Amino acid sequence: MDDMDISPENPAPPLAPEPAENTGNAKGTTRIGDRIFLGLSRGSGVLLLAIMAAIAVFLTVRAASAISKDHGNFLTTFEWNANADQPVFGIAVLAFGTVVSSLIAMLIAVPVAIGIALFITHYAPRRLAAPLSYVIDLLAAVPSIVYGLWGALFLVPHLTGLYTWLDSYFGWTGVLAYHGGAARSLFTIGILLAIMILPIVTSVSREVFRQVPRMHEEAALALGATRWEVIRMSVLPFGRSGVISASMLGLGRALGETMAVATVLSPSFLISRSLLDPGGGTFAQNIASSFKESGDLGKDALIASGLVLFVLTLLVNGAARLIIARRKEYTA
Amino acid sequence: MAKRIDVSGLSAYYGSHKAIDDISMTVEPRSVTAFIGPSGCGKSTFLRTLNRMHEVTPGGRVEGKVLLDEENLYGTGVDPVSVRRVVGMVFQRPNPFPTMSIYDNVAAGIRLNGGRVRKSELDGIVEKSLKGANLWNEVKDRLDKPGAGLSGGQQQRLCIARAIAVEPQVLLMDEPCSALDPISTLAIEDLIGELKERFTIVIVTHNMQQAARVSDRTAFFNLAGVGQPGKLIEIDDTERIFSNPSVQATEDYISGRFG
Repeated sequence: MDDMDISPENPAPPLAPEPAENTGNAKGTTRIGDRIFLGLSRGSGVLLLAIMAAIAVFLTVRAASAISKDHGNFLTTFEWNANADQPVFGIAVLAFGTVVSSLIAMLIAVPVAIGIALFITHYAPRRLAAPLSYVIDLLAAVPSIVYGLWGALFLVPHLTGLYTWLDSYFGWTGVLAYHGGAARSLFTIGILLAIMILPIVTSVSREVFRQVPRMHEEAALALGATRWEVIRMSVLPFGRSGVISASMLGLGRALGETMAVATVLSPSFLISRSLLDPGGGTFAQNIASSFKESGDLGKDALIASGLVLFVLTLLVNGAARLIIARRKEYTA
Repeated sequence: MAKRIDVSGLSAYYGSHKAIDDISMTVEPRSVTAFIGPSGCGKSTFLRTLNRMHEVTPGGRVEGKVLLDEENLYGTGVDPVSVRRVVGMVFQRPNPFPTMSIYDNVAAGIRLNGGRVRKSELDGIVEKSLKGANLWNEVKDRLDKPGAGLSGGQQQRLCIARAIAVEPQVLLMDEPCSALDPISTLAIEDLIGELKERFTIVIVTHNMQQAARVSDRTAFFNLAGVGQPGKLIEIDDTERIFSNPSVQATEDYISGRFG
């Protein structure tokens, strides 16, 4: 396509080449700076695709070799014993733990993040909004191992009170029954992950809410809307897709979080009925915890579980894009 | 329905900057009053003080009195939200709610003000308002489509329908035609002529022919210089303002000698 455009309508050198318009078609007439920049940006794009493809190929090849040697069912086995003579490993517990802990984190973090973002953009006086934004952003800069240490040394001992309370009101459901012991459960992981993804969800939502055109808010105000009604009629609908994207960014981080989970959880290859029971595991945590003592097959088995996490993340992102695209007609 | 507006000694500020200074005027019910004047003379700011929209701008504050019949809009204990429910507003750029359908846009104010309204009743109000805004025939088959999908002129009439659906006492229009083509402008002007039977209308315009065409009374605003507050120079019957104004500055402005 690049070479075809030279002769017919575009005789070789236009007198004053407009850099922005000529980029891409009409080789030889663009300025050197444009060509360098085009090369750089195109190269970056290609590099990104190449890296993604390389990761996918690496994961698939190593995973396939591991799964072919698995003596159990890779998807349904409740066991991780890749170093045995008869290697048996399955991702059921890991998939359950990853999805459940991330869902708990989302349920807690997203409403709180939307609340903070609305407070900063629409309620807080300016003197308070700026420092509050700064503190939230600072929260994102804390390394995850620090969250892990805090979770293990502070959160775990202090959550037993909440666990007892949950048990006395919701224990009958079974899902929130507490049977004593340290609070090193998926539920605690969910709370910890919620705190960890709060900053990213909050900052992105805050920026989205800040961009709501003034005229949309004034439309509601002029109809006699209260501040909350303005938010409901103008701000939230406008920010919807942005908040979904923000949540997906947070979910991506929660699904892949490693060190904090590995530090707090007491892993086991069991799925217990109650979220408050210790045990369970996540993909990332299991890779971090088992990598060192794994043999060659063990490492490949972990890579196979990593591939599942990779696919899970892709699915989550795809779903988010679908949700956003479905409402496009209304957000033009 | 329509009420008289009595403004006395009204000044508005943005922070420490005084935007309009000591304005007093009376706006008659069931009439169209046009505000004209050069850019920055404070006519839009003044318009926004009439439904307490000025104070939503950061730093915005107002001194003075605005009486709607007998009630002072700036009296203690008056809720700006309830003021805006009786003084409706149409903006310079059409701003239908982008996520709502045509129907929901018109019904938005009712759902805010009244809370619970029966569906059949709401249908009636929506139809009446869209007819009142001369938009019904164009949209009656696609009430469930997004309001943002209409043309600019249709969107502006949708905004008018939304404003009149709650039966306000007063309708404020801030350069409602400045973003529209001449045909759509004509449609809005015709509509203003019909609406003044039911509402007190105040319109800000940069287009002096428009002021002459649609208004009964015209107010001319001016400012002494950059950074100076805007002032009301004179308000009179439109015919008189455009033929024989009592202040020289008005004549200079409308005859194009400055501004």
